[in-house]
Amino acid sequence: MAKRIEATDVTAYYGAFKAIENINLTVEPKTVTALIGPSGCGKSTFLRSINRMHEVLPGARVEGSLTIDNQDIYDRDVDVTAVRRMIGMVFQRPNPFPTMSIFENVVAGLRLNGVRKKSILEEAAEKALRSANLWDEVKDRLGKPGAGLSGGQQQRLCIARTIAVEPQVVLMDEPCSALDPISTLAIEDLMFQLKDKFTIIIVTHNMQQAARVSDRTAFFSIEKTGDPGRLIEYDNTQKIFSNPSQKKTEDYITGRFG
Amino acid sequence: MSTTVTSHRPQPPAQPVTLRAKRLPAYAAPAVAVVALLLSAGIVYGAGIGGPVLVVVVGALLYLAGLFLAANAVEGRRSARNRTWSALIHSAFVLAVLPLASVVWTLVSKGAERLDANFFLTSMNNIGARDANGGAYHAIIGTLEQVGIATLITVPLGVLCAIYVVEYGRGRFAFTIRFFVDVMTGIPSIVTGLFVLAFWVLIVSPLFSPDGQPGFSGFAAALALSVLMLPTVVRSTEEMLRLVPAPLREGAYALGVPKWKTILRVVLPTALPGIVTGIMLAVARAAGETAPVLLVAGGGAAINFNPFENNQSSLALFVYQQAGEASKYSPARAWTAALTLVALVLILTVAAKLLARRNRLGR
Amino acid sequence: MGDNPHRSAHAGTGGTHVATSHEGPAGASARVAESSGNPRMTDNGLGGGGALPRARAFGAERAFRGLTLAAGTAVLVIIAAIAIFLIAKAVPALRTNTESFWTYEGWFPNENPPKFGIGALAFGTVLSSALALLMAVPVALGIALYLSHYAPRRLGNSLGFLIDLLAAVPSVVFGLWGRDYLVKPVADLSAWLHEYFGWIPIFGEGPYGSSILLGSLVLAIMVLPIVTSLSREVFRQTPTANEEAALALGATRWEMICTAVLPYGRPGVIAAVMLGLGRALGETIALALTLGSTYAISFNILESGGNSIAANIALKFAEANATGRGALIASGLVLFAITLIVNITARAIIYRRREFTESAA
Repeated sequence: MAKRIEATDVTAYYGAFKAIENINLTVEPKTVTALIGPSGCGKSTFLRSINRMHEVLPGARVEGSLTIDNQDIYDRDVDVTAVRRMIGMVFQRPNPFPTMSIFENVVAGLRLNGVRKKSILEEAAEKALRSANLWDEVKDRLGKPGAGLSGGQQQRLCIARTIAVEPQVVLMDEPCSALDPISTLAIEDLMFQLKDKFTIIIVTHNMQQAARVSDRTAFFSIEKTGDPGRLIEYDNTQKIFSNPSQKKTEDYITGRFG
Repeated sequence: MSTTVTSHRPQPPAQPVTLRAKRLPAYAAPAVAVVALLLSAGIVYGAGIGGPVLVVVVGALLYLAGLFLAANAVEGRRSARNRTWSALIHSAFVLAVLPLASVVWTLVSKGAERLDANFFLTSMNNIGARDANGGAYHAIIGTLEQVGIATLITVPLGVLCAIYVVEYGRGRFAFTIRFFVDVMTGIPSIVTGLFVLAFWVLIVSPLFSPDGQPGFSGFAAALALSVLMLPTVVRSTEEMLRLVPAPLREGAYALGVPKWKTILRVVLPTALPGIVTGIMLAVARAAGETAPVLLVAGGGAAINFNPFENNQSSLALFVYQQAGEASKYSPARAWTAALTLVALVLILTVAAKLLARRNRLGR
Repeated sequence: MGDNPHRSAHAGTGGTHVATSHEGPAGASARVAESSGNPRMTDNGLGGGGALPRARAFGAERAFRGLTLAAGTAVLVIIAAIAIFLIAKAVPALRTNTESFWTYEGWFPNENPPKFGIGALAFGTVLSSALALLMAVPVALGIALYLSHYAPRRLGNSLGFLIDLLAAVPSVVFGLWGRDYLVKPVADLSAWLHEYFGWIPIFGEGPYGSSILLGSLVLAIMVLPIVTSLSREVFRQTPTANEEAALALGATRWEMICTAVLPYGRPGVIAAVMLGLGRALGETIALALTLGSTYAISFNILESGGNSIAANIALKFAEANATGRGALIASGLVLFAITLIVNITARAIIYRRREFTESAA
């Protein structure tokens, strides 16, 4: 079910400011790809342009071509909500809807798509929560507020919410940076399991995390502040972390820079 | 809850196979609008049931219905709902602009009539029904004095009360004060007027007057206005004081500064822009109040610089009085006074907002 | 809405800076404290720094604290005084009333025997306010949403500023405008309503003119900026994270508003509506200028007539004798009670809601 993402010469702007320039990469289905690099080099911007969240900000736009299974995401006839339905996103800070219960949070996406039948919603919620490794912890309090969980649980709730609508691709923008190490490990384990069904692209500041979970890694960087971010190297994770081809990559990996 | 049996897999709606969706062309919405208007005109004029206003109203309803149907057919339910609500929200905006713009326009155009020196320098003393002169000098004096005295009373009282609640208060007493102040922010202005009537005018003022009769005065109005302003000033000062970060206070305490000095020299100055904003907004509101002044100030027509004796008027009361007079020169006076009053209130409000923008705390 | 202890964390980093930048005044007083303590230091022969100065039993600190306590007490006393004096002046008039205060539809307190009742007044107050809110709130929420989520940022901010200014315009202006310029259009509208919808009891017969419909319309226009301004603030404060989460799930703009903005804003909107209701209930001048001032309970909102407690006070005050004043004060007490109930209910609702949404923190 999961699909392939292809980026060709993708350039993104915030108004007049060019954030990333000429990004070319292909993400294969059912893989985990990590985007790493120093702060401000455009990893999140690139990630957000994949599910067209970048353009939510006023004045932001994307040039170049982004396709999912050869369908152009930015085509004029494309329905943005369909893109976002197909490409889900988990954010840096857990953001469950505060006025909704755990159950309502998980099925929020399904409800938006018009699914009304209680039985279908309940089964989907259980499936998603199980997939997110959260079911056992919350099955007795599905009616409680979603905001009453711990940070790690909230993030898993958001992941459950995202996968409940059965997207093809799941984007994760530094999903563990606001969490403690135990929760982080739990979510990394989760990524291994989700890999079977979804294509996952994760932005992370944590190189060890990238090395642990991803199949391929893309290294972004900028020349100096104010320059657009560029893709420096993109290869199998093993290679990037043991024997990178670019000097810049090596500098970053070994901590000499960034 | 048992989990899945294979034949009952939960089925979310089928994944969009293609991302492309049919879209309404850009000209669709205006086209629907035009058709709706024409249709509406046909119905309304054809059946003779109304005039141009009805045409617009019916046209708007037809437009919403038509837009929904068109979008539903081409783009789907969810998009249709999105478009229709968007159109509704835009029309709410248009609907509100009309009367509000009318008020503003009337104020400016009718108020300009008597913007002359005579208006600002004379009072209504000895002005008969056929006299075109007469102005609001006495009313302006009244407003300035009454609001000024009210501010002098309210600011120390309100700020000190807020300081108590935030810095010293603990437990039930502070909570009681907060609760009642909160509740009192909603007191109708006429009730404060009645209170001052009952208390000051009818009971206290006869004690001071030579003939033992109750007397209206500008001071009474000032009292009523201060009761009105007090909860607002306490509330906003309280909020501002709470926004001052704890480390700021702690830094001073750690240097051995006593609490009262910390409050006066550190906390208050930090919160001052916000506090002043709150006071200015309260003053702007008080300046515009008619009801309390109507009840206790007496509404005099002559110039009276003494707020403690004899009747006084105020700008807002002046507008009301002129509105009720039968003279054909009264409407012009009423509108010009209204314009003056609005100008005064707006200057205060705009200044307060600009000050609020420069406030480092909060927002 | 301003109560946010988290903000103090921002200045946590400023804590150390503060100490140095405020060295001036704080340092000065620290030196003062030292010098005042010096005499004591040499008193008892302990070496190495001496004893700490004794806490003063009566000094500036106590005085200041006492002053603020006095202010707080004074505020409570004033509030109590309002209730006490109003009741004190109302009771004598109520005693001489020969009709039922609650149900009698008429106002003749100056006559002998005095007869007055707030039946029609309370009815008019509640009806006109309810109608006004019914008309104003949907429009206000629509505008607030437009300004916060649909309009381009700059336009939204400028228009929002204008609406804030409109909220400050005194009510006498709206009353004047309503009486001079809205009467004819409303009369025409009333005639039309009666012709085509006359079978609904509220659209009864004329004569048309200064009616509850007119008064409610003016009230609605008056209350609109306030409710809009407050609601817009509330909608703007929706956490961006929740809005993005909704969008990322594939929601349309309206669906995002339904999922993230409206639920989050509900307590704030309720507060705004209650505030508007309070203003409408207590509004005096606008209604005094636009209502017909009759004393009959009637659901016909089109006909000339209608009255409210506050408007009645304004209109009848000039000619009132002692009993008349007492009667008006009694009616004011009732109005006060009504607004108190509305206010307390609003706070109860917000308080309960806040518990749910802030249960995590």
